[in-house]
Parts: sequence; structure tokens; C-alpha cells
Amino acid sequence: MRKLFSGDKIYRGILYASAFFLIVLLFGFFITFIFESSESLSKFGFGFITGTQWDPIDSQFGALPFLIGTLITSFLALIISFPLSLMIAVFLSEYFHKGFFHNIIKTAVELLAGIPSIVFGFWGLFVLVPVIRDFQTAIGIEAYGVGIFSSAIVLSIMIIPYTASISREVITMVPSDVKEAAYSLGATKYEVIRRIILPYSGSGIFAGALLALGRALGETMAVTMIIGNSNIMPTSIFSPGNTMASVIANEFTEATDSTYLSALIEIGLLLFIVTAFINLIGKYIIKKTARFS
Amino acid sequence: MNNEINNNIEVISNQNFDVDYFKEKKINFRIFKDKFFKYSTIAGALFISLLLAYILFYIARQGISSINWNFLTELPKPPGEIGGGVANAIVGTLIMILLASIIAIPVSIAIGVYLSEDKQTKLSYWVRTGLEILQGMPSISIGIVVYVWVVLQMGSFSGLSGGIALAIMMLPVIAKSTEETLKMVPYSLKEASMALGVPYYKTILKVVLPSGLSGILTGILIAVARIAGETAPLLFTSFGNPFMSADVMKPMNSLPLVIFNYASSPYKEWHNLAWGASFLLVLIILILNITAKIISRKWKIKF
Repeated sequence: MRKLFSGDKIYRGILYASAFFLIVLLFGFFITFIFESSESLSKFGFGFITGTQWDPIDSQFGALPFLIGTLITSFLALIISFPLSLMIAVFLSEYFHKGFFHNIIKTAVELLAGIPSIVFGFWGLFVLVPVIRDFQTAIGIEAYGVGIFSSAIVLSIMIIPYTASISREVITMVPSDVKEAAYSLGATKYEVIRRIILPYSGSGIFAGALLALGRALGETMAVTMIIGNSNIMPTSIFSPGNTMASVIANEFTEATDSTYLSALIEIGLLLFIVTAFINLIGKYIIKKTARFS
Repeated sequence: MNNEINNNIEVISNQNFDVDYFKEKKINFRIFKDKFFKYSTIAGALFISLLLAYILFYIARQGISSINWNFLTELPKPPGEIGGGVANAIVGTLIMILLASIIAIPVSIAIGVYLSEDKQTKLSYWVRTGLEILQGMPSISIGIVVYVWVVLQMGSFSGLSGGIALAIMMLPVIAKSTEETLKMVPYSLKEASMALGVPYYKTILKVVLPSGLSGILTGILIAVARIAGETAPLLFTSFGNPFMSADVMKPMNSLPLVIFNYASSPYKEWHNLAWGASFLLVLIILILNITAKIISRKWKIKF
């Protein structure tokens, strides 16, 4: 009998240990970030976020150009991808909710989510960048090819699956009696989608967009290859720039002195906090909508 | 139920669904709008699938010509020389995936079991939140932390640190899928085993976990597919290595790193190697995803 109980105790012990391990791991992440960036935190303070000079030789570190770069690329990507994702979600849930076309589009979106970010970057560098360069020559601005606009386009393709799959899920959760009520009043499919489905699943779709935004903010490799890696303030959406993630990827192994390294880690900390915040809000909204319907 | 109906009524009445609204609009215009919306939706969905097909086709066309026996067995050659392969990167990728799996699978399955056991405790709430944060965390942040924890302590870049970084990325995926699967295992199964006098931990290990095996396996495959193409956490952990190395304490190459390093080089031969590596990587990930799908479909839990 004693042996029996000890087995159960070990079992519970292992479970608790691994659960605690996860919590400790995350706290460890947070503490490591704070600790390792403390030098830059105390040296630059709030000026780190508002400073526009990023000069490792002069030991001047202001991350505003990267903040702006990250925000512009991510929001531009979201604006481009959102209508397309919504179209896919509506297509899959309302127009073709089963059958051949459903399977094709669904598989396509899943495949899209599977392609690694580095491959997207490589493809963008060799296919998209020349196209953008021609376009820039045609409209008569400096033809870099690489830059914020190119990265936003690649990013927008990459985040489509996130918004699309979550939107599809919340749209299928709209109760059919509400839809049927509208149909019975003579509404067309478009009117049902526009006036019943979208308002009903609005917050869920918003959450999907938020999660996609979180992805876009933290996306590293594709952006690093396409954005042009320039540390000055971007002047237009076509100019080369840098995002928070791409500046870390580019300069981390080159950072020799401790201030430089801790400044880069502080960018990592900012990224960590922002994405964690966005993700938690998104997940919270999804949980609420799931309970609501 | 009442609440739900009220909600529904509210949604309808908020949207002005009175008869007048429909009378006002010309019926033809409404039908036109409906058709227009339908076809533009179809066009949008078609556009995305064509775009994906184009990307895949492009990668395949560029990559397939550089995949041959030498590509799989040789080391990279210096620029200018024709030929060479990425054998070291393939070996490195496999070793790091194996390392990551060894570290991540037991811990994440235990976390998943814990979450399915203690559904509503404080600890499980925080663990769930933690998993969500970890899942959404940018991979480059994980790279930074592993750099501080492992690379700085060991004094050099290493395959081991790369494996640890990838393991942290696998954790939330496997834990979540384990939890979801175990939730679907019916309680009667547990009760039957307990009624036979089997201790609780043995019930979980020998009855509940095996019946949820397909879901856990699917989760593992999806997690491996997710990390196979990860580059950002490897940049400053495993770092890359132009030579063959199976020593996990030394810097190690991997397919994504090869793509990154060679794609940004100016040499045509290296670009070809990178296309070959991209094709190989996409192929591996596709196969993993398809296998995961087949497993989850074939061995679905149904009672």
C-alpha cells in the first residue's frame, strides 16, 4: 500500500515541477532581460525610446528609428493583409464551407503558415525587391528596392494565415438561427455577412488581427533580409530602415562593448513586453467571444 | 439559453432589420452587390492560393536543379568553385532538432498532463498564461536569453545552445496539443482503470496517455515543423560553421543559417546552394505537416 501512494506522489511531484519550471523559465526570461539591459536602462533612461541617434562608435543609443520602422512595417502589413484574410475567412466559412475549393484554399493557407520566414525573405529578396525597384524607377524616386515597403508586403503575405484562421473560427461560431432569421427576412448573402456575421464576430476578428500584428512585430529573418538595414530615421515608406528585431539580428554578434550589447538587449526587452501584451489581449478577447456564443 | 436568444435579438434589432430597410433599396442593386461581393471574395482567395503556388513553384524550380548527390554529401566550397554541398548543415539541423526534442518532449508532455489534471487552479491559470506568452514570443528574444544563459556561460557558440533555444520554442506547441488531446479522453476510461485497482499515476501513464497518443504525436510533429525553419534563435546560439561538426559543444551549421548566409552573399554558386537548401527545408516541413495531418485524421479519438 505504501508503494502505491509513493508512486502517486512522485507523479504529482513531476507534474508540479514541470508546471513550476515553465513559470520559472518565463520569470527567468524577464529577469535576464532586465538585468542584462540594466546598463543601457540606467544610462539612457527614457531617452532610449525617443533618441534618434544609433551610433555604436560614439556609444549613443536611441531606438526611435527602429521603433518607427517596426510600427510602420507591421501596421502596413496588417492593412494589406487584413482584407485578404477576411476574404479567405468568409470564403471558407460562408461560400464554400466544404468540398473541393474549400480544401484547396484551406490547404493553401496552411502551407503558407508552414513556409519558414527565412525562405520568404530569400524569395522576397530575389523576386519582390527587383519588382519594387522597377516600380520605384518608374515613379521617379530613389530606387533602393529593399526597404520598409518591400518588407511590409512580404510580412503581409506571412501573417495572412493567422488572421484568416482565427477569423474563420469565430465566423463559424455565429449561431445559424441568427443568420437564418436574416435570410428569412429576405436578406441577401452579402447583407447577412455585412450586417449579421461581421458585427457578431467583430471582436474575434479584431483579436485575430491583433495576434497577426504580434507576429509581424516580432518577425525577424524575412524583414532582416529585405528592409535594407539602415540605422537612420526612415523618411518615406520606400526608404530603407531597420526594425527592432532586424537590428538585433544584424548587430548582436558584432556588439563588442557592454553598453552596445545591453542596448540591443533592451530592444529585445521592449519587443518581448510589447508582443506579450498584444498576445495576451488577443487571447483574452478570443476566450471571451468563445464563451459569448 | 434565454440569454443567448436575447443577445441574438439585440444583434438583429441593432442592425435595423426592419422591412422598410429592404424595401428602400432596389432589389437589383442588392443582388448586384451580393454577386460583386461573392466574386471579389473568390478572387481574393484565388489570388492568395495562386501566390502561394507561385512561391512554391519558384522555390522548387530554383532549388531542384542544385539538389543532387554532391549537394547532400559534400561540404560547401569556397566561392568561385563549382559544386559543393550542405552536408554539414543537414547533419547540424538533424542534431539540433533531436536535441531540442529530447529536452522539450518530456517537459511539455508533463505540463500538458498537469493542465488536463488541474483544470482550474491558480497555478494552471498562470501556466496557461505563460504558455501563451511563450507561444507569441518573438524567436529572436529567445535567442538573446539562451545566448546569455548558455553561450556566455560556456564561452562559445554551440549546437547545444541552439538545441535549447529550439526546445523552448517547441514547448508551448506540444504542451497545448497534449492538453487538448487529454481533455478529449473520456472520463469513463479513467474510471474503468481505477475500478480495477490501478494506481492513479499508472492509469494516466498506461491508459490515458496511450489513448491520446495520436494527438500528442501530431503536436510533436507540428512543433518540429515549426522549429525546423527557425533561423533567428540560431543566429547567436549555434552561429553556423563551414565545416562538418557533430560536436554539440562547438558551433554548428543548420539549413536556415546556410540560407541566410549564402543568400546575402554576392556569389551565384552560393545562391544556388541556398535555393537548394530552401527547397529541401520547405520539403521537410511540408512532409512533417502532412504526416501530422494524416496521423490526426487516422487515429482520431472517438469513443
